[in-house]
Amino acid sequence: MTRHRGRGMASINYPIGMNLGGDPSQALVHSNPSGKFTVALSSIDLGQGMKSVTRQICAETLGVPVEDVYVDTADSDTGPHCMGSFASRGTHRVGNAVMAAAREARGVMMEAAAEELEVNAADLETDGRGNIHVKGAPHRSISTKDVAIAAQFKQGKTISGRGIFLVPLSDVDPETGEMSPATCYAHACLVAEVEVDDETGEVAMVRMDSAYELGRALNPRLVEQQLVGGAWMGVSHALYETPEPYYPEPIHGPRDFVEYLMPGPGDICPHDIAVLERPAPDGPFGAKGPGEMCANPVLPAVANAIFNAVGVRIDDLPITPEKVLRAIKSQGGARPQARR
Amino acid sequence: MSKIPLQFRHNGRDVAIFVDGGTNLLVALRELIGDMTPKFGCGQGGCGTCSVLVDGELHLSCLTLAETVAGRSVETLDGLKQGPNLHPLQRAFADHFAAQCGYCTPGMLMAAKALLDRNPSPSRDEVVEAISGNICRCTGYEPIVNAILAAAGGRISA
Repeated sequence: MTRHRGRGMASINYPIGMNLGGDPSQALVHSNPSGKFTVALSSIDLGQGMKSVTRQICAETLGVPVEDVYVDTADSDTGPHCMGSFASRGTHRVGNAVMAAAREARGVMMEAAAEELEVNAADLETDGRGNIHVKGAPHRSISTKDVAIAAQFKQGKTISGRGIFLVPLSDVDPETGEMSPATCYAHACLVAEVEVDDETGEVAMVRMDSAYELGRALNPRLVEQQLVGGAWMGVSHALYETPEPYYPEPIHGPRDFVEYLMPGPGDICPHDIAVLERPAPDGPFGAKGPGEMCANPVLPAVANAIFNAVGVRIDDLPITPEKVLRAIKSQGGARPQARR
Repeated sequence: MSKIPLQFRHNGRDVAIFVDGGTNLLVALRELIGDMTPKFGCGQGGCGTCSVLVDGELHLSCLTLAETVAGRSVETLDGLKQGPNLHPLQRAFADHFAAQCGYCTPGMLMAAKALLDRNPSPSRDEVVEAISGNICRCTGYEPIVNAILAAAGGRISA
């Protein structure tokens, strides 16, 4: 029995969102009489942090503290329309919609403040701490709370804004049929190192090193969280998970968490991540989105690493010990490839 | 089916309820006591999100007959924080981004508490072993392991 080390690499281009129907999302932003803002979305945060990121985007655009913004994703029956939380589209699509809505709401807020301060709205700026003041004259100031109260009870205005993001329809080249299905691409490269046991066919992860280019990281800790967790899911798809039965009868297939294999805390490996930020021209504050592509490069990198370790090319997922063993057997033994 | 009277300590407070024979502890906690912090994941001991402590020992509440905790002390995630103050483990989980969707978090925290209560300075392998019965889909486990190690070391900063 020998354990063979192997290293494999994969790089990907990942389109953010999709093109179908323009892939739109809407957002509505309004202030309460307390001067706090609510962002209404139908988009759902599955735990990736979309509520946090859209909150940051709204606060930054409005020029108010992040604590003054509440993101409500409660109800897709009553909220503005969203295509959904998939295709790594949340930060980019929903973020752009929130930005547009917040920009419109900011316009009304500044007009209402201008009326109270008896100045031109163009001469006003926000301090990001909940105040609006005349440029160059911070003492001529009003709080966003007082502006909200004045708008509500005196001026009869709603401080609100509407936003939508819609991908422009791509023209199709009549000669070639070529079109641009996406406006924004993220990129990644990942090197996986594995150890393959040529007696049991088991593949153990040794380490991963990756670089992700995902536009501006609006919340670096959330980006890191996505990348760490997503890579684990990539390993899981590469080596463990399948709804298919391993043995002939469907009844032998996985029926629950006990039988549906996933790597546990003992199967993880060190993962060194570099995040490269090249702001996207059409992203909110330059953001693209980590989303699904955290998992994508792991699968081909692991398959390549297994080839490097024992010389078998397995193109059917997940790469189970059985597949590894059968492949090694059919080529007459492990054939470690050159390591670079 | 006749109801069975059942008394036990729930997060330091005496409770008395009537359960049907065969009721599991998870159902008793969630539906009869109203403590929703232990989660229903698989209902057959495969995921760990229903984990609670019974007399300080880690148990899967979905596989524990409610009657068996009579006169014993049951701790759930709901009893972890003291007033407005988060438990050091909860603080560490927040600081280390150890939760995403959050569904496994109650079980992870109770498994971690069971570990630290008997072994205040565990090794990384011991932490991994302690949460090996708990499934997490989002985090890749590493942030959870790091959070538990940080809580153990008293290093509760980001």
